[in-house]
Amino acid sequence: MIRFAALFDVLDRTTKTNAKVAALADYFREAPEPDRLWTIALLSGRRPKRAVNSTELRIWASEAAGIPLWLFEEAYPIVGDLSETISLILPPATRTADRPLADWIADLIALTGQPADVRQAAILDAWDRLTTPERFLFNKLITGGFRMGVSQGLMTRALSQATGIEETALAHRLMGDWTPTTTTYARLVQTNDPASEGSRPYPFALATALDDPEALGAPQEWLAEWKWDGIRGQLIKRPGAFALWSRGEELITDRFPEFAPLADFLPEGTVIDGEVLAWGDNAPLPFAQLQKRIGRLNVPKKLLTEAPAHMLAYDLLEQDGEDLRPLPLSDRRARLDALIAGLPQLPLAISPAVSFDAWPALAGLRETARDRGAEGLMVKRLAAPYHVGRKRGDWWKWKLDPYTVDCVMIYAQSGSGRRATLFTDFTFAVKDGDDLVPFTKAYSGLTDAEFGEITNWVKRNTLEKFGPVRRVPPVQVFEIAFEGIQASSRHKSGIALRFPRMSRWRRDKPVSEIDTLDNLRALLP
Amino acid sequence: MGARFTGPKIAATARFLGSGPGQTASYLSDMVLSFTDRGIFCEAGGFFIDPWRPVDKALITHGHSDHARAGHRRYMATEAAAPAIRHRLGVKVDTVAFGEVRRIGGADVSFHPAGHVPGSAQIRVEVAGEVWVVSGDYKTEPDGLSEPFEPVRCHAFISECTFGLPVFNWQPQAAIMAQINAWWAANAAEGRVSVIGAYSLGKAQRILANVDPIGPILTHGAVEATNRVLREQGLRLPDTTWAGPDVGVTPGALVVAPPSALGTPWASRFGPSAQAFASGWMALRGVRRRRGLSQGFVMSDHADWRGLNDAICATGAERVFVTHGYTAPFRRWLADQGYDAGVVETEYEGDDAEDIEVIE
Ligand SMILES: [Zn+2]
Ligand SMILES: [Zn+2]
Repeated sequence: MIRFAALFDVLDRTTKTNAKVAALADYFREAPEPDRLWTIALLSGRRPKRAVNSTELRIWASEAAGIPLWLFEEAYPIVGDLSETISLILPPATRTADRPLADWIADLIALTGQPADVRQAAILDAWDRLTTPERFLFNKLITGGFRMGVSQGLMTRALSQATGIEETALAHRLMGDWTPTTTTYARLVQTNDPASEGSRPYPFALATALDDPEALGAPQEWLAEWKWDGIRGQLIKRPGAFALWSRGEELITDRFPEFAPLADFLPEGTVIDGEVLAWGDNAPLPFAQLQKRIGRLNVPKKLLTEAPAHMLAYDLLEQDGEDLRPLPLSDRRARLDALIAGLPQLPLAISPAVSFDAWPALAGLRETARDRGAEGLMVKRLAAPYHVGRKRGDWWKWKLDPYTVDCVMIYAQSGSGRRATLFTDFTFAVKDGDDLVPFTKAYSGLTDAEFGEITNWVKRNTLEKFGPVRRVPPVQVFEIAFEGIQASSRHKSGIALRFPRMSRWRRDKPVSEIDTLDNLRALLP
Repeated sequence: MGARFTGPKIAATARFLGSGPGQTASYLSDMVLSFTDRGIFCEAGGFFIDPWRPVDKALITHGHSDHARAGHRRYMATEAAAPAIRHRLGVKVDTVAFGEVRRIGGADVSFHPAGHVPGSAQIRVEVAGEVWVVSGDYKTEPDGLSEPFEPVRCHAFISECTFGLPVFNWQPQAAIMAQINAWWAANAAEGRVSVIGAYSLGKAQRILANVDPIGPILTHGAVEATNRVLREQGLRLPDTTWAGPDVGVTPGALVVAPPSALGTPWASRFGPSAQAFASGWMALRGVRRRRGLSQGFVMSDHADWRGLNDAICATGAERVFVTHGYTAPFRRWLADQGYDAGVVETEYEGDDAEDIEVIE
């Protein structure tokens, strides 16, 4: 674990991509194979089953530190990270043990389902054998949410440097629903067995935000299509396998039983990239309808009829078992068209191309996106292959300008982690007659300097403290940008926003001029 | 009288005190010191301690800007603290030796080492047998430069608690200095300059006095000015060179600068550099990351959790007022330990976005 802690330390201290990749590559060359496998797993969002809940951790840690739980709870928001708080309050370890990462994790996994006293004894014993940086990581293994400042792409690059295996091949091998308990490092990384592909998806190609379409050159070199507001997915039909993967590499086949008939009609060796949408009268329903189905393993009949799923296909990645990704988009689209045209009536259609001959005309069409249930446009180079991940230049997303609302801050809360000493999480209100109605929270969009300034102000103008939350006088006006709005019975305001963030600090605007709840209601679909 | 002082009550106390001497005596029978909107006040002696609004007579614990402010008519501080105060404020300062007792009005006053920075003092005030001590800023670990902290027995102790949470636990100075030495050596071996951010009165000299001088040491103007003041009063520091405009690329050097200089063009004048900040706040990963620092050294001139608890215990005080830091949880913790504990809202904490620098 000391080697793993040293790796984390390097990754945590540098912002330089090359330094991170080099440190990881070294680790992948030197660490024991089971540790490498777990590191790959952690960096691709896989974590051991949770053996201990965070309440237990807090209680055991404060007992070990000889402080009351309330004092632990006071310190936690200051530190901003549970694992770090625990690592800092514990008395120094009395023993040392440089055990491999994989062994510590194996111990943790073995603890699941054990009685509380057994788990407590094991965790206290571990804490007493780990240095402060190791404890921090050990706690992170328990609580999950492991972030090491390294994307899966960088991790794949480092692994490629360490093994000499091509990045795209590795990226593909690391996809799917493997866990370190179901495979080995050698099997995952080093075997190249097409038969083992099974239901494994391809890495998704991603787009970059577009500012200036004119810079893209001749319009006829580009395909425009709607950017649908659903769940990006990959539909896979291979011998013995039928699967739907989300972009987050989650297997969601069973959540959408509507697609089951596709298994009978899609030819073997087919992989389609598309968008899963809740489908109404020949048009997508708002995202909120689809959201009701996310996270449900068993979909009630009512939802199946109210919000049936439908896929709009963007791309064809594999046909007859052949990887089509190197082909130009124009070829892949032609094959996709032909494939879908040959199918009977199924919840699968091609996402139509938006035809245009000049960029200003496309800009005009983009303005109609919301009416069509889309978030904007995608613009893709017809000659481009299907890239792994985000590669700037060939795929662009041209989203609609967000909605905005002017509102006033009424509560402030300190941030976590990097922002623990700043007030960064704010609650905002709009006017409703003479009242102020809280309607959203937002915690991003300001510069560090602005967060510093508002933190200063909050500290000097606190009316009341509730734990980490401070009530402040309704004085500071902000413009909040958001992507969508829905009616919501769970919120006092009756509305819920999608992706709210602070777009401007309106120091120029008095509170008397902020928006009203009616202004917001008028935006409801 | 309740031990807890909140904003409105301070104002009330201040007005009450202003309404005429003599009448307050019975009301504030055991209050050697009271808390007013101008600062900590001694009615019997007619003086304030570290006041933040202009007063007639100010007793100053040490030269940091949140404790020694401009605008008072008369200043008193220790002989070792006075030069820095004079240098920064350009005022006349009456000096007193550590341990020397002065009679001021009806109060006996003495200054005792706080171990925070050279000359820093706790101020002991005795009125009719009742003893109160104002800690100022303090740390309990000797730093090889400041007069080491001495516990002072008292009935009531007004303690800072900048790091009054159990997550703040310092390693011994030797361990931190070993980290700094190793960091400088590694940077020098790679031809880089090591720029360390340290508060220019106290922390900077503490590092200078303890570092292994393996190469040239450059200083920012603010640090060098303080060095000069402290050298003149007899403190021994290694040779340093003011990094004036004609000092250019100096591979292998250690540059000591105020924290605000980190990440500025000034700090990159000396060639490719590694930059680090020496502060108790560096114990928190979030703070280090927010400041975009690859390296932080957890070194503070304030007491850590254990230091605060030990110091308070050593005073033998039954009554403790906390200020300057995580006052609310620390007060509650002390009350749980059986102390009659209160919070004093002071303006010592530059409790804002720059507090990392101001508070030291
Ligand atoms: Zn201070
Ligand atoms: Zn100070």
